[in-house]
Amino acid sequence: MSTVAVRPATMAQALTRALRDAMAADDSVHVLGEDVGALGGVFRVTDGLAEEFGEDRCTDTPLAEAGILGTAVGMAMYGLRPVVEMQFDAFAYPAFEQLVSHVSRMRNRTRGAMPLPLTVRVPYGGGIGGVEHHSDSSEAYYMATPGLHVVTPATVADAYGLLRAAIASDDPVVFLEPKRLYWSKDSWNPEDPAPVEPIGRAVVRRSGRSATLITYGPSVAVCMEAAEAARAEGWDLEVVDLRSLVPFDDETVCASVRRTGRAVVVHESGSFGGPGGEIAARVTERCFHHLEAPVLRVAGFDVPYPPPMLERHHLPGVDRILDAVGRLQWEAES
Amino acid sequence: MTVMDQRGAYRPSPPPAWQPRTDPAPLLPDPEPYRVLGTEAAGQADPELLRTLYAHLVRGRRYNTQATALTKQGRLAVYPSSTGQEACEVAAALALKEQDWLFPSYRDTLAVVARGVDPVQALTLLRGDWHTGYDPREHRVAPLCTPLATQLPHAVGLAHAARLKGDDVVALAMVGDGGTSEGDFHEALNFAAVWQAPVVFLVQNNGFAISVPLAKQTAAPSLAHKAVGYGMPGRLVDGNDAAAVHEVLTEAVRHARAGGGPTLVEAITYRVDAHTNADDATRYRENAEVETWREHDPILLLERELTARGLIDEDGMRAAREDAEAMAADLRARMHQDPVLDPMDLFDHVYAEPTPQLREERAQLRAELEAEAEAGPAPRPEGALR
Repeated sequence: MSTVAVRPATMAQALTRALRDAMAADDSVHVLGEDVGALGGVFRVTDGLAEEFGEDRCTDTPLAEAGILGTAVGMAMYGLRPVVEMQFDAFAYPAFEQLVSHVSRMRNRTRGAMPLPLTVRVPYGGGIGGVEHHSDSSEAYYMATPGLHVVTPATVADAYGLLRAAIASDDPVVFLEPKRLYWSKDSWNPEDPAPVEPIGRAVVRRSGRSATLITYGPSVAVCMEAAEAARAEGWDLEVVDLRSLVPFDDETVCASVRRTGRAVVVHESGSFGGPGGEIAARVTERCFHHLEAPVLRVAGFDVPYPPPMLERHHLPGVDRILDAVGRLQWEAES
Repeated sequence: MTVMDQRGAYRPSPPPAWQPRTDPAPLLPDPEPYRVLGTEAAGQADPELLRTLYAHLVRGRRYNTQATALTKQGRLAVYPSSTGQEACEVAAALALKEQDWLFPSYRDTLAVVARGVDPVQALTLLRGDWHTGYDPREHRVAPLCTPLATQLPHAVGLAHAARLKGDDVVALAMVGDGGTSEGDFHEALNFAAVWQAPVVFLVQNNGFAISVPLAKQTAAPSLAHKAVGYGMPGRLVDGNDAAAVHEVLTEAVRHARAGGGPTLVEAITYRVDAHTNADDATRYRENAEVETWREHDPILLLERELTARGLIDEDGMRAAREDAEAMAADLRARMHQDPVLDPMDLFDHVYAEPTPQLREERAQLRAELEAEAEAGPAPRPEGALR
């Protein structure tokens, strides 16, 4: 039997396959956004969908994010499952009112009579040398809005599985795509049966005993690298990939922290009012007696996302994570 | 071989050289608002339709006065009255077929009721016991929308989806003059025109966005003129002339149903009452102006027409008033019953399945309620926060 090596897929290709499979499985799935048709999206995630499913199912819209999301609300009210693309993180802000005032609340407002099964794909985060408004990490805004699910993959397999789950969800999902991982590959073979599991479970990417790095999306790879580097210092770090920010998997996170007794939250978005504060508070409330040190945060600085030539100083890198890990050898001041 | 050739069957159509898609002239509204009542056109109007409109107007006015009274009795948190605008409300509901959808704003309870929603359910939002009292799918009425113009893109998306499914559905979306300044108004009209969606936009120009008069809201010759920039027809109508609004909307709905795309209708009317019971209208307008508009009252206009043509007599008018009175009495009686609220409802409709975090909060409230029930009603100290 001859075996032909299948080239591993990139995250962008896995997302494309998730969209294609979802559209093939369910006629009510519609993709819409600016440039999603002939161009296949600026990151090519919708590549070939208009060709395969027609322009009624993969629709180039006028350039208007509130209009894109607002019309998707109406489509979902009529029973379709729209998947909208917000081309870049900061371009989603004009659609914020629709997201906060309608998408997140329609089920609640109508006492469950009118759920909105729609997915908002938002490429987010930095590290690709984008100019201003192309690198924001806005997850704290989405997390603070009841009624939305917020998920973000860190691996190619999760990109597929979580997007399928998001589209299948009867609730609106903000699907954050880490831009700098679009071209990443890992062991996932696109020919393999792809796992689709419910939204809301974190996963331990690397087991360790000395401390837990709690992270998600683009920072997972950085944390894995930091964990390898930390071995030289005698630290055996566990890495938890949240995958879902809402719902939040307290169980997996706290089980890990109770084992290790120490935790660092790592993300790109700012630290003040950011996801790390919420996560640190939850961990502290639940694991206080297991903690050997305060829960620390390693985050982007609390500055507007910097210009590309400075972004390496802003983004949490291996050194900053290792520095925080060193501070976990904490001794109470007398 | 070009990249497109490699892709196979799919070919984008070549971009056409830019040219005006339409002669703008037919899209322009007439300079004067269209009228039926008191004109020769009234002779063409169906007497039965006029009588139906009349009954709805009288009912609508009574609904407005009753709901306003309920705010004074503390039964409604707020009521944005549509007194003076009843013709727009009634015509909006009557221009639609059963399968069509209505997208109301917060002032459009009358249209919602005229569409068949229970009057008490239509007031749920304003009473404050929940956000929407009815199932939108049952009557094909979207929830009353409080943010301005944000429901307009919903109407476009729903109409577009219905057409993609091959269903014969038109969406009618209502907005005020202030709402036309919002970005969502622009985006909705643009999407509707580009997609040729079966949508009708009805602007009730009642003169004020709370206190800001139209002259400070727009510099356009009329709000209906805005249609031309999107490539759809704009129609200007006397919003207090129920027969005229009904005719213009019915024609716009028919046009949309036939695949002709969207229409923007501006109905010129006047909000006789204040914005809500919380507003003091004397700070921004003269009583003399209000009195002028009272002479152009929608009920008065239709009553004059019906009487002049012998289509209604004193008995007929009394019957309409008695019907409205019965509706008001029923509304009053039912609104005076305290609603029974289940606090656990707070958590039940946030997601299809509550998140673990919501389950914890749900358990917390459950425990609080049980403790309260066990302790019985506690006397509150003087001056305590309530």
